[in-house]
This record gives sequence, structure tokens and C-alpha cells, in this order.
Amino acid sequence: MSMENSLPISHRQRLWLYALGGLVMLFLIAPSVIIVIMSFSASSLLQFPPREWSLRWYESYFGSLEWRDATIVSVKVAVMTAIVATLLGTAAAYAVNARTLRLTGAINALLTASLIIPVILIGIGTFFLYARVGLNNTLTGLVIAHTVQALPLVVLTVLSGLRSYDMNQEMVARSLGAGRFSAFFQVTMPQIRFSIVSGALFAFITSFDEVVVSLFISGGETTTLTRRMFNALRDQIDPTIAAISTCLIVLSIVLLSAAQLFGRGR
Amino acid sequence: MRSARLHDGAGATLNADALRADARRESFGLLALLSPGLLLVFAVIIVPIGWLFWLSLFDEAGQLSAANYARFFEQASYIKTFVTTFKVAFTVTGACIVLGYPLAYMLSQLPRRAAGVCLIFVILPFWTSVLVRTYAWLVILQRKGLVNTWLMDLGVIAQPLSLANNFAGVVIGMTHIMLPFLVLPLYASMKTIDVDCLRAGMNLGASPAATFRQIFLPLSLPGLASGVVIVFVLCLGFFVTPALMGGGKVIMWAMRMEQTTSLYSNWGAGAALGVVLLAVTLALLGLFQWLLGARATGVWSQR
Amino acid sequence: MLLSLAQTALPIGISGIEKRFGGVSVLHDLGLDVAAGEFLTLLGPSGSGKTTLLMILAGFVRANAGSIRVGGEEIIAMPPHRRNIGMVFQNYALFPHMNVFHNIAFPLKQRRVPAAETAERVERALDLVQLKGLGERRVDQLSGGQRQRVALARAVVFEPRIVLMDEPLSALDKSLREHMQIELRNLHRRLGMTTVYVTHDQREAITMSDRIAVMNAGRIEQIDRPEVLYASPKTRFVAGFIGDSSFIPVECRNGSVWYEDRKIRMTAAAPSSGSHLMVARPEKLRLVADGETAGKANVIPATVGDVIYQGDSFICYATLRDGRQVALRDYCRSDVLAKLPRPGEPVNLGIDADDVVLVAAD
Repeated sequence: MSMENSLPISHRQRLWLYALGGLVMLFLIAPSVIIVIMSFSASSLLQFPPREWSLRWYESYFGSLEWRDATIVSVKVAVMTAIVATLLGTAAAYAVNARTLRLTGAINALLTASLIIPVILIGIGTFFLYARVGLNNTLTGLVIAHTVQALPLVVLTVLSGLRSYDMNQEMVARSLGAGRFSAFFQVTMPQIRFSIVSGALFAFITSFDEVVVSLFISGGETTTLTRRMFNALRDQIDPTIAAISTCLIVLSIVLLSAAQLFGRGR
Repeated sequence: MRSARLHDGAGATLNADALRADARRESFGLLALLSPGLLLVFAVIIVPIGWLFWLSLFDEAGQLSAANYARFFEQASYIKTFVTTFKVAFTVTGACIVLGYPLAYMLSQLPRRAAGVCLIFVILPFWTSVLVRTYAWLVILQRKGLVNTWLMDLGVIAQPLSLANNFAGVVIGMTHIMLPFLVLPLYASMKTIDVDCLRAGMNLGASPAATFRQIFLPLSLPGLASGVVIVFVLCLGFFVTPALMGGGKVIMWAMRMEQTTSLYSNWGAGAALGVVLLAVTLALLGLFQWLLGARATGVWSQR
Repeated sequence: MLLSLAQTALPIGISGIEKRFGGVSVLHDLGLDVAAGEFLTLLGPSGSGKTTLLMILAGFVRANAGSIRVGGEEIIAMPPHRRNIGMVFQNYALFPHMNVFHNIAFPLKQRRVPAAETAERVERALDLVQLKGLGERRVDQLSGGQRQRVALARAVVFEPRIVLMDEPLSALDKSLREHMQIELRNLHRRLGMTTVYVTHDQREAITMSDRIAVMNAGRIEQIDRPEVLYASPKTRFVAGFIGDSSFIPVECRNGSVWYEDRKIRMTAAAPSSGSHLMVARPEKLRLVADGETAGKANVIPATVGDVIYQGDSFICYATLRDGRQVALRDYCRSDVLAKLPRPGEPVNLGIDADDVVLVAAD
């Protein structure tokens, strides 16, 4: 196993490398672990490890109407974003992959623009536009803005699925009597469905975790969880946020594992 | 063959109109699939940014002027913001290289299964909310945070160190957030380095260190470059961590934009900041693409 | 009713096909008629346009102009799924998420054939390709040859007007490929479907086809029955692509043909003037002993280069006076073996007047 891609250098000679890599991995994972543990602390002081355990911060999270409302808004927006972004992104990826259109490069650049344009600029621009069309503080406005940010992820994921798929199959299906749509749904989609589902999960997380644009365009009854968290963190450090963070971490783990499972296929 | 000759002359255009119409139909179909996505991007990104760009060309009196841009060179507070932003971006990028290169190298040398397990340590934070991670660092680094509590309990220090709400806090928090953006493309490019090439180097008598320096390191540089560019560009426009961990002392570009527009409602000035930020970002990415012929945005398709 | 396409087989009339890829002309004013029930092969090197033509027939590549009539109906601008054409791809393109039965039933499902009839027809198709009882198998449990058969069954089960095949045997190993050639040919005989077959393998084309269209650089060089193509190639390209040949330059003057100072006798009509090449097939050349009466044969002097013994036959490479190399093949009969020349010896090469074929020198 170790011969497949390593050099004839013994593991012992590499110890320093493993130690260094391990430390960096610790640096990456420790904050999350600490937060999860602290969220079960009974004290409102920051002690690690906690001396006493309790679920009071979870009670405080679930018991608070404000937090609950914000969570519901975020879930709603994320679900709708995932649906819309997956539909639009899959359709766009299919068209890009067909490569019969001119300007494919420009289309690609446009579809993935939100990945490289500074989010703060998107936030300010969206707020500015929404102010004129009355979409600030609305679910629709949030879904539209988040869809634009999630779209590139769906497009890239589905495109990579389509690239590893044998397009001859769709051609055969069409020659055998299936129209283009029908061939896509009967033959292509079942084989790239894992990419599509992964894309949808990525779109969900992207929307659920989105902070900057939501800061600008959400508020009042449509305040998202991340916006409320951001404001809470600006004021003071409330351990309730540890409980919320733990929930978010668990959500990420669940969605990532799902994407991994689907990504592996069958 | 004979039938072709019969059609000669007319043959060149036989059914050409019907075929062109069919080609148009197909193009329209594909365009119809693309258009909802493109339309959204156009409406939410291109239009507002174009609008902001337009705004940035007028001063507060509504006159066409370069005042919004000129002030970047004149007002000390702007200059300070730029200096801070680049200082943070360089420091964070440097820290990411120092931490990320060994990790990516280790991952690339591990057997597949072990590398898969270790990759979780990179991918999980990548997909954890930036807010959650920033909160975690606040808890760890603040005045009465974990590090200070420990160090004081152990008697190492008498007074708490100021780790959060300053430059150091911003750099630590942002390094944590940016690290996966460097490690993932670097790891992917290291995986493609041909091991036989390295074995050959060692068989030819080069020491492991020399093989690394003369063969592996140069081959991994394009991957490193793409990670560095993406990290640097993201740092320039980063908002959440400096806003929460800067303690009001570390004002970065994005925060400045937020303050100018939200606090002072000076849209022209905020827009001008955004335009310059976008220009710098695109210039860096363009330069990278021109130099290496690859897209730095590949990281998003790898995670 | 037995699965049979004889009644549904239709002729194809292709004319005036133009295809340009980004300004580069790939097919130019191409025309071709395929008779109902005929097995026609498009043979040519890669880049000759044969696959492009097949894709235009199937509807996956759009021509810039031209006409394709199937039984009189124009299909050039028709979408692929309405053309009623069975297609077999090089890599089979079986649907991995369906078992063998559902793969073969796919075209019937598109045509809303009732379940009972579908089952019956799939059964018959499986029987036809000798895969009886394998309907429940997953595609990845099949061998290469079996996959090939499933792809074939799927392409004919809906009794298409035409069957198109794009190098369907190229992924198989040599012995299986030869076996499948015969099987495909028999299947075609039984079903009688109009078939257009693409290959770059001239041996395969000769074995299987009723007619072969030899394509080169986007044009059809010659189209005819395999034996005619072999015996009387019209161009140097066809002579070189089908079978082995050496070319010997000759001059035509006033209706007679000259090789250096020798007059070449030929049965076929000789061109009146100009430089030509005589097509010398290795097996049409023979060694003529000194003093042996050549009869109707033409005699060409040469020097032996190499003699390669191949068991049943031998190949003798000889150099003509102008330095040109030609090859000669003969069976190792005892009388021939006794007289096998040695390298460096002068020999006389004989070719019968009946076997003399001239093509234009290019």
C-alpha cells in the first residue's frame, strides 16, 4: 500500500513531517472540538475543560423565540436555495457541457463569477439593487442572492459528473427513440444523480452558512441565523452561540458525509 | 456518386436552410437551459456592480469627478486601510504557506486510505461556517479566553496576553479560515507528481533532501501558486473575521466599504472602494492565469 | 412473427452532403446510395470523414447542407429519436444502471410497446444474439463479446429502418473479433436490415460487406463490391488501402502501355496516354524462370532483396531497375520451393495480362 505513491524513505525518517502535519491538523480541527465541548458546560465562564456539564445553552437556544425564528428563516432559505440552484445549475451545466454554443468561456466565467468577486461587493451591490426593487428583508431576495452564490458550486459539481459520464449513452438513447429531455432523465440523470445531490448539498450549506450578503439584505422578520449570530458576537460572547455552533458543525458533518456517500456512488 | 453529380450546383445548398433552422433550434434550446442561471447572475452581480461603478464616478454634488478615487491617495485613513489590508493578506498568505505546505506534502505521501482520513481535517473546517470558527477563536484567544486562562493557571504569565481584538487575532483567525484554500489545490497538484520521477532522482544518487529540493519542490510550485493566489485574493476582500476579531483596531478594505456605505451612506466612496478591490482581484487572477495558464478557482471543484 | 427487418428495410439516398468544422471542409458534396437490405461499409483511415458521415446519418452531427432520404423520406433535419435508426457504438454504450433486459427493452419502452409484447420481443432478440436467459444480468457482469451482442440486440429489437455501426468490433480481441464478424454477417443475412458499417480495417470490410465505400479526405474514392474493389481499384489510394500492393510506373503512348522499353500486355482497355502506375499485388506476381515461356504474362526484370519464409507461403522482396521495391507472395509448393531465389540474384517477375490494372499516377 505504502509503495504505491511513496519513496523509499522510511517512516522513521519522516517523523518530523508527520509531527508537523499532525500539529497543523490539530490547529485546523481544535477550535471546532473545543466549541463542541464547551457547549455542554454548565458555567457561563469560559473554562476548558468545563468543570460541570449541562444542556442549558441548548435550552437557551431552543427556548428563545428569536433564535428559533432565525433558524427557521435560514432553513427555509437554504432549502429553497438548494432547490433553485440545483435546477438552474444542472440545466446550465448540461448546456455548457454540450459545447455547441459559442462563447462557452464567457458563459463559464459568468456562471462562476460569484466565486471570485469579493462577497462584500456582492453584499453592497445586492443591498443597493434590492433597495430599489423592494427585495430587502424578504425571503425571495435572500433566496435569489444565495442562489447566485451557490450556483457555481452546483455547476462545477454537475459538470465534473458530466465529464466523467459517457455521453455516447445519451446519444444511443436518443437514437433508440428517446427525445433529448427524455434521454437525459432516463439515462444521463440516473448516472450523474450523485453529482447533482452533492451539488444540492453544497448549495444548502453555502446558503445556510452565508454571512456577509445576509448582513446587508436580511433583517426584521427575515433575519437569518448567521446575521443574528454575527450581531450577538459583536456585542458579547454568549455561550448560547456555542450550542448553535455545535448544531452547525453537526449539520456540516451530516451533509458532508451525505455528499461523500453519494459522491462515491452506489 | 451519380446522384451527387445530378445535384451538383444545387448540391452545395441542399436543405441548407432547414439545417440552419435546426441548428438555431438547438442553440435556442441550450440557451433556454442557460438563461435562468445567467439572468440571475446578471441581475444580482453584473447590474449592481455596474451601477456602483457608475455611482463611483460622481462626487457628492452629483458632478462627474474622480474625487471618490482621488481621496484614496489623500486621506490618511484610506491609506492606512490599504496598508493594513495588504499587511494582513501577506501575513496570512505567508502563514498559510508555512503551515499548508508540510501538511499537503504529508498528505501526498501518505497511503490513499490514511490520506483520505487526514483530508477530513482539512475539508471539515472548510465546510464549517466562518462564523462558528471565528467564534471559536474568540473563545480561545480573548482576554479571559482559554489560552490566557491556561497560561495564567500554569503561572507562565501574570498578565493576560492580548491575542484577540488586534492584528494577531485577525491573522490567526483568518489563517485558520484560509488554510484549506491553500492545502486543497496544493495537495491535488502534489498527487499528480510522478513518483517514478522522484525514484529516478534518488536512484541517480541524490539524497532525499536534494530530490525534494530539485525535483519535488519545483514540480509542486504551480499548485502552490494557485493556492497562494486564491488565499491572497480572498484575504483582500475578507470581512467577517476582521470585523469580529479586529476589535475596531484592524480596519480592512471590506470593513471600510461596509462602514462607508452603511454608517456614512457615502455610496460613491464605498462603490469606488469596491471597484478598486474588484480590479485588483481580477488583475491578480488574470496575471496568475496568464503566467500559469490555469484557473485559480479550481479549488472549488476539488473540495 | 419472427424478428425480421426484411419488410421494413429501406434504401438510403445520400446526396450533396457538406460538412465544415470551423471553416475546414470535412465532407464535400458527398453522395451515396445504399440499397434496401444492403450491408455497406464506409472504409477509410482516421480523419477520412467516415465517422462524421455516420454521425450525420444518425443525426448527432448536423451537416451544413445535403439530403438524406430513407425510402423517399427526407430525414436530414429530423431529430435523432424520430429517425428510427438503430445504432451500435464502438464502446457499446450500454446503460450501466439497467440490466440486460431493460437495456434491450429501452427502444420498445420509448415506443410504448405493451409489456407482454416487449417481453416477447426482448426474448426473441436475446435468442437471436445467443444470450438466452441472460436478461437479468447486470451489464458489468458481461464479457466484451456479450456486451457487444446486447448492444446489437438493442439496436435491432425495434425493427429500425436502418442500422448504423461505428467500429463495433474494434474493442474485441482478434479471435473474438473474427468470430463476431461472421456472426454479424449471419445476423444481417437473417434480418436483412439496411446496414451502414464504419471501420478502418480493410480485412473486416472485405469479409462482411456487400459493398464498400472507400473514403479518403472527405470524399468517396470508390464504391463497389469487395472483389471488384480488390481486382480493379480505380485510384492509387484504393489499391493501397485494400490489400497490399506495389506500384510500378508505366507510360501510355498511343493506346499501348510501356514499362521502360517493354510493352505491357493487358486485357483491360489501356488508357491512351500519360503516366500511370501498374498495381502489382504480391500474389499476382510470380517468378518466371529464365527461358520459361511467359505466355500471356508480362515479364519484369528485378533483383532479389529478401526472401521471407512463412510456412505455407513465402514473400520475396525484389528491387526493380529503377530502385523501386515490389513484393511477391507465393505458396510453398515443392516445385516453387526448389527454385526459391537467393538474395542478390536476378529474377524475372511475371504478371498476367488479365491481372494488369493501371491507376493514375499522382
